[in-house]
Amino acid sequence: MNKLTFDIAHMLAGSLVLVSFMQLYQDRLSSLINIFALHALVLTASVAWQAFVQHAPHLYITATIAFVFKAVVIPVALRRIVVKLGIHRELDNVVGVGLAMLAGIGLVALSMVVMLRVTAEADPLAREDLAFALSVVLLGLLMMVTRRNAVSQVIGFMSLENGLVLAATGAKGMPLVVEISVAFSVLIAFIVIGIFLFRIRERFDTVDIQALDRFRGERQ
Amino acid sequence: MVVYALFGVLALVALAPVAIALNASARATALVYSASLMITLIVGTAALLALTGYDGAGSAVTLPLGLPWLGAHFRIDALSAFFLAVINLGGAAASLFALGYGRHEEFPGRVLPFYPVYLGAMNLVLLADDAFSFLVSWEFMSLSSWALVIAHHRVRENLRAGYVYLLMAGFGTLALLLAFGLLAGAQGNYAFDAIRAAHPSTGLAALVLILVLIGAGSKAGLVPLHAWLPLAHPAAPSHISALMSGVMTKVAVYAFVRITFDLLGPPDWWWSLVVLAVGGISAVMGVLYALMQRDVKRVLAYSTIENIGIIFAALGLALAFKAYAMHFAAALALTAALLHVFNHALFKNLLFCGAGAVLSATGERDLEKLGGLIHRMPQTAFVFLIGCTAISALPPLNGFVSEWLIFQAILLSPQLPSWGLKLMVPAVGALLALSAALAGACFVRAFGIGFLGRPRSDEARGAQETDTHSLAAMYALAALCLIAGILPGLFIDTLAPVAQMLTQGRMPVQTGVEWLSIVPIAESRSSYNGLLVFVFMTASGMIAAFAIHRLASDRIRRSIAWGCGYPDPGPLTQYTADSLAQPIRRVFGTLVFSAHESGEMPPPGSTAPARLTVKMRDPVWDTLYAPVADFITYASERLNVLQFLTIRRYLTLVFMALVLLLLVLAIWP
Amino acid sequence: MALIHDLAFQGAQMLLVLLLSPLLTGFVRKVKARLLRRQGPPLLQPYRDLIRLMRKDVVLADNASWLFRVIPYLVFAATWVAASLVPTFRSGLLFSWTADLIAIIALIGSARFFLALAGIDAGTSFGGIGTSREVMIASLAEPAMLMIVFTLALIAGSTQLSTMAAFMNSPEVGLRVSLGLALIALIIVAIAENARVPVDNPATHLELTMVHEAMVLEYSGRHLALIELSVMLKLLLYMSLIACLFAPWGIAAATATPAFVAVGVGAYAAKLAAGGFLLAVFETSIAKMRVFRVPEFLGAALMLALLATLLRFVSGSF
Repeated sequence: MNKLTFDIAHMLAGSLVLVSFMQLYQDRLSSLINIFALHALVLTASVAWQAFVQHAPHLYITATIAFVFKAVVIPVALRRIVVKLGIHRELDNVVGVGLAMLAGIGLVALSMVVMLRVTAEADPLAREDLAFALSVVLLGLLMMVTRRNAVSQVIGFMSLENGLVLAATGAKGMPLVVEISVAFSVLIAFIVIGIFLFRIRERFDTVDIQALDRFRGERQ
Repeated sequence: MVVYALFGVLALVALAPVAIALNASARATALVYSASLMITLIVGTAALLALTGYDGAGSAVTLPLGLPWLGAHFRIDALSAFFLAVINLGGAAASLFALGYGRHEEFPGRVLPFYPVYLGAMNLVLLADDAFSFLVSWEFMSLSSWALVIAHHRVRENLRAGYVYLLMAGFGTLALLLAFGLLAGAQGNYAFDAIRAAHPSTGLAALVLILVLIGAGSKAGLVPLHAWLPLAHPAAPSHISALMSGVMTKVAVYAFVRITFDLLGPPDWWWSLVVLAVGGISAVMGVLYALMQRDVKRVLAYSTIENIGIIFAALGLALAFKAYAMHFAAALALTAALLHVFNHALFKNLLFCGAGAVLSATGERDLEKLGGLIHRMPQTAFVFLIGCTAISALPPLNGFVSEWLIFQAILLSPQLPSWGLKLMVPAVGALLALSAALAGACFVRAFGIGFLGRPRSDEARGAQETDTHSLAAMYALAALCLIAGILPGLFIDTLAPVAQMLTQGRMPVQTGVEWLSIVPIAESRSSYNGLLVFVFMTASGMIAAFAIHRLASDRIRRSIAWGCGYPDPGPLTQYTADSLAQPIRRVFGTLVFSAHESGEMPPPGSTAPARLTVKMRDPVWDTLYAPVADFITYASERLNVLQFLTIRRYLTLVFMALVLLLLVLAIWP
Repeated sequence: MALIHDLAFQGAQMLLVLLLSPLLTGFVRKVKARLLRRQGPPLLQPYRDLIRLMRKDVVLADNASWLFRVIPYLVFAATWVAASLVPTFRSGLLFSWTADLIAIIALIGSARFFLALAGIDAGTSFGGIGTSREVMIASLAEPAMLMIVFTLALIAGSTQLSTMAAFMNSPEVGLRVSLGLALIALIIVAIAENARVPVDNPATHLELTMVHEAMVLEYSGRHLALIELSVMLKLLLYMSLIACLFAPWGIAAATATPAFVAVGVGAYAAKLAAGGFLLAVFETSIAKMRVFRVPEFLGAALMLALLATLLRFVSGSF
């Protein structure tokens, strides 16, 4: 592979981290959904580029799945849910944006150091791509921790999954079956969570998951 | 050389009985300060000459004082010569300032005897070449400055400041004592030469490093050991504040450099990690504290903490480079740190003198009661502005040069191999960048609220320009700030022997560079020319002014300021120091100080004023000092019974202690 | 001979930035107006405004001090010197070694420091509001900018703008993640530094929402003209900076023939036009933020820049 193809793959992986940070920064739900769509788009581009570089046609299918489901179907559906629930202008944050981003930087640094130390003898670019993927996963988790709203948690979860896909395609390309099953499991998770959202809403008139804690008597 | 310096110290100490004998008359004030001025100038110049003509050996002398088997060793090498120059320069400026300022002193008898002793003790710390005389001089310095802090002992706050200072100083000396004890080993080789020759084991060296950080760091004001500094520095008369902040903190930096770079042997890489972290945090915390203060001298004291943080961060970098044998980079970082030591001594002295001039003109230190002083005290305002610009690290003044060098050193550090440093250095870089920007905000606030706008009190309205001696001192310092800013190459070259001695590396010679630029590494990499920046700025400003006045218009009318439809608003409608810092308090304060604002609006129709309450907590005080203070109170109450024993019981205690010590000696391997 | 040649180019650059900056501002205003389907003022309107202002009397507030009258010249001088050290159409400026990128940033910082002081000098609350907000914005924008400089300097191995531009123009740069992060952070910082929407609105005249305009509220006549000119210069400076670091194509080398210099001039004009157009489109498509959203926006820039620096430190290939 020549330098430019490396650079582009690297750049796309880096952009995915950047978009994860944008997700951390954005606390307005409707914009958050847009950014998630962007996240999926970058992932699509990244996977497609890997398919092109590795001459692995099955990765194009992965890219298509990522594009159709994550960049189009899920954001549209989420947007409808959010509009239906009337929370599209709602702000959602437990800790401040600055603190969350600082923590995010710490996580990226951590994953860099861990990955670069553990895989010292592997191919340098693959190592760094892996490090990026790990960062995306950790940032998704961070997002789930720092947000209160179930919709943002869903988005956090799915961007975490994007990180996994990035790791898999970047390294060697994963079997299509696994990919499809992961995609479907995510879809199912999404549907389940979506239904839950409505149920929570019906019962407690909010999607703030603290309401559940209250109901369990953990908080007053 | 060293003998002359010791004579200087002796002369300074001899001034104390003279001051007492003259019974604090006006003549005594003039005599003490002019004599101090002369002596510090001579010793400082001699030290500077010793530094420029340094031959790699220095001069030493051993006097038959102190411990009988040891004697008192004194020595001047490049490092102590540099610090001697800095300290005596600061001392000379403060003495000149005090020639005018000291006349307003209410109790000269409480200041005059201690002032020269304090100066002499600081000199003696730098001259000491064995642990015993070092510690004795160090304690001498602490005690004499303590006496000066409580000079105005009628003010309750000052007494508290003195108490806290005494505690912290004692604690710091204890840490240094232990550090030297560990360094000297079981044989008790207290001479620095012997310590230098013996390389302590890794664990022992680590312990010594921590103790030195505590001992020297508490004197220098590193967070979290800074609590005494903003209390004690402002409590003293202003020229003493200038000395304490601008000069004595440098003695502490000297102690740190002397022990870690010189005595302790080759450093471990993780030492730098600790020093960098402490430095970076001190820099940001110090300036954030400064932004929240109203008392102008406290603002300056907290800003000292910031600058000490910057210096320690640079020293940390130098340690890291030294640990990995990157001699050139280590020399760069160390030079940057020492240049900042010098620069900070200049502008902090200048600013404290300015604050002193304001204090003697208005009797106020509270920013909220000042304002508009630029009209009443134009010259003080001008020099104070130069100090503010310099400390905010703005070109073409000197503060910028040292920060620029530190940034250049940071840019060399990706070559450091250890992972911890790879993560720590960029974080510290960000902290330093943040502190530089916040320092700008802090001094916009200090100068803007204090000197600009309209007067907020009658005292500020009736202020008078300060006397010529004070002005001369401040002008001299301001001129030095400018010279060090536009001709930094000279100063960098002067520092070369120190860097050579401590890091075995040196920066390229700067005086030969074209156009008097400074080129720390290579010209294609980075260069800066303060002189040309200054000339360009002056020229383009002048050309613009000339062209516009000539070709367009030079007419001026005066009118009332735009009040947005409210005619004649009073001076109280101006922004205050607190309100100016409110956005920053909201952005950073909520995180660091858990600042909380609550507004209280009267009901509609009521004429009662609305109130805004701001609550802030000091995280360091709450988490560190309060528990320790509680414990000490508890323990001392327990031990109080010891005060009421019979003679026989006291004797028993003494006897038991003696037996115990003998026992220890008996079973010591 | 070579010295005179270089001196001429340096002089040309100084005059060029001075003369071109009002045109850039006029262009941005024009495009904004056209996007709003207004006719908009003519392109040369800023020049006319400046000349008109310079001819008018200065009206000073009663309480204004000598510093208030000096500051416009200081601000102008600092900004002009900074702007004339950024390579525009030809690299290898004679005095480029006078101040590297860090010093250029600090020069702009000096200009801001003095302008913030001017806001307090008249002793009114509006100046204070402007100063107070400006220092808050600066306290985040400056560190972000320094971290961006660190990233770029670590990539190019220099803080010297000419060297950096030359390196960015060479094929060894490649696409780098840290460069992308730095570019985004730099754009955010540039928007904040130039008081553009969404951080501040250069066209507003409602006192409570202003930042920059509130600070300079008391200025009039030739003083105001100088400050306006400095603002225009600063916009040009940031555009040239982004152009020479991230789009260094076409900048003529120090030894270039006149033809290449002509290409450089053309490329520079095209870059400025593109930058101005993008700025206008961006400004018309976004709403101004509340003041306390700004720290988050700038904090994001700081974090991105810090991340970029960290990546550079951890691994050389980012």
